[in-house]
Amino acid sequence: MAARHKSVETKYMEDRDAVLRGLRRLDRRTFLKVLAATAGAVMAKSLLPPHSFQLVEVANAAPDKTASGTGMAGKPPFTFAYVSDTHLYQRTLNQRFVRAAVKAVDDVNALDPQPDFVLFGGDLAQLGRREELDLGRQILAEVKAPVKVMVGEHDWFYDLGDTWQEMFGPPNYSFDWKGVHVVVLMSVHEKDFWTERKMTPAERMHTVAGLDNGVQSRFEVGDDERKWLSDDLAKVPHTTPLLVFSHSPLYKYYRNWNFWTDDAEQVQAILKPYNHVTVIHGHTHQMLYNQIGNISFYGMLSTAWPWPYAPTGLPPLTIQMNRADPFDQFDGLGDGQINVRADGLADKIYSLWDRNPVTVRADYLVSHGKIARPPAPQFASY
Amino acid sequence: MTRRSIALATAAGCAAIFAAVAHAPRLRAQPAPPLPVHQVPQSKNGGTVVMLCDGKTSMEVKGLKPGESMTHAQATEVTRELMAQWQRQHPNEKWQMAQTDQSSEPVPAVKATGAKPQSRGTQQGDTYASFTDRDYKVWKNQTDNFVAEGKRLFHDGAAIGGTIGVSCDMCHPDASNTHPETYPKYQVQLQRVALLRDMIDWCIENPVKGKALDPNDPRLRALEAYIIAQRKGVALDYGKH
Repeated sequence: MAARHKSVETKYMEDRDAVLRGLRRLDRRTFLKVLAATAGAVMAKSLLPPHSFQLVEVANAAPDKTASGTGMAGKPPFTFAYVSDTHLYQRTLNQRFVRAAVKAVDDVNALDPQPDFVLFGGDLAQLGRREELDLGRQILAEVKAPVKVMVGEHDWFYDLGDTWQEMFGPPNYSFDWKGVHVVVLMSVHEKDFWTERKMTPAERMHTVAGLDNGVQSRFEVGDDERKWLSDDLAKVPHTTPLLVFSHSPLYKYYRNWNFWTDDAEQVQAILKPYNHVTVIHGHTHQMLYNQIGNISFYGMLSTAWPWPYAPTGLPPLTIQMNRADPFDQFDGLGDGQINVRADGLADKIYSLWDRNPVTVRADYLVSHGKIARPPAPQFASY
Repeated sequence: MTRRSIALATAAGCAAIFAAVAHAPRLRAQPAPPLPVHQVPQSKNGGTVVMLCDGKTSMEVKGLKPGESMTHAQATEVTRELMAQWQRQHPNEKWQMAQTDQSSEPVPAVKATGAKPQSRGTQQGDTYASFTDRDYKVWKNQTDNFVAEGKRLFHDGAAIGGTIGVSCDMCHPDASNTHPETYPKYQVQLQRVALLRDMIDWCIENPVKGKALDPNDPRLRALEAYIIAQRKGVALDYGKH
């Protein structure tokens, strides 16, 4: 069936490519005119959200001349990229997710200029098996830039992190990068729900792997790691921009699906004294952003499958992405970049596959939506 | 442990959730027994006997040979006569038109008193008049079990023939973003009008990488039941995109 029916998105991209090929000989001014006219015509058909023809203001992080001109090495700006939530099974079982993960690695390798580093956002594996993690490690080894790896619950709950830590080291760590303090958290601890139920490791993993069961506990950073975070930040001045990476969103979005961190408020309290804090999280597989006090949050895209927005709890600042087309494996998925600016704030580019990228600027979040509003798609997301 | 047994064990773990509602043994998807059929009496002289939907009242249509069709006028007359016959046999009763008959008096509920419940009939005049709280519970139980079986299958890719570890819930937690209330609708990507089951089958064939289920497959019926149950109370809005 897939071969007979091309998705709307695919057909549209083919049409668009044909138009663009025909436009190559035009000069830039005429090109833009024709492009705008074509965009108008396509949108008039009501088939696609305006995202698709949005002219992106910042396609790549051009170095900020004002900052680099001062010769202050060790200061922002810089750019990093991410790949997240690949959910790999063993290669022999599932090629679909492998193909998607490799596609994301190709994306970040094609960035010019190259990002300073690539964050992997967690859930490398689907069921936490050694073969899955090993496959993920091999795929990430192809990334040209340095890779910072974060853990997700799918990597952890088969053997409670043994294999993952053997491969990638401690799950929480911090480092300084060009004047920014970067913290990587392990935010997906769960209180023991398996011992009492006499679950095998595989059963425990399978339970955590599902969103919509009430059996598992809620994610938490936990007492020990919050203590570690406080200690780690003790020597960091409050004027230093903070970048925090966590797999789960460090706020409470939707409890039933574990789009949630149970001790989010306590973690936020630790981050509160800092002027600029940006949290980059995985797990939710959708365009998602939020602002709570001084903290800006950006959710990362997955490469494996998109999730619908939860029925309640969506942060009001998030402009929902249009529903993904189930007939297009890559729609609603992708990878992305974060541009850390000279002022310590971070802009995020959602590099959606088969759609044009969408930039969400920190100004939109810190102004609580008053300026720099990203474009909304034509259709509601349901 | 095989993949299937892992899934089954997990389902067993989840069974505690359902225990509160499902006391009866859990119903696995299996072919439903054939539906009851009314036994229409044989014609004595080679004609045709027509029966009312109560399964009891019947009459012979004069001059109609088996295989022949009545004219519209003839059929109207036959139905009028059948209803009249039913009314003669039930002088003090009123034919109930199920939910649509606003004029019907509400049927007084028969309270379970610990006494032996009245026998339940399956015909007009019985079903609408004499069900007990216990009946309600049995029906609810049966329905909930059917839905619970759909939920199990929704969370187990291998049980619906999937080959790459993908199950329905991975993209549709709580059956979200399935929108059964919007079917039938023109499914642009399929270039035809689709029912919910067509999309379920499409998902089984493509992301789940299994074989499409027959419309009568009890697994497809159970999946449909679960998905629809998750949207209880949402207004039907067929054709919506």
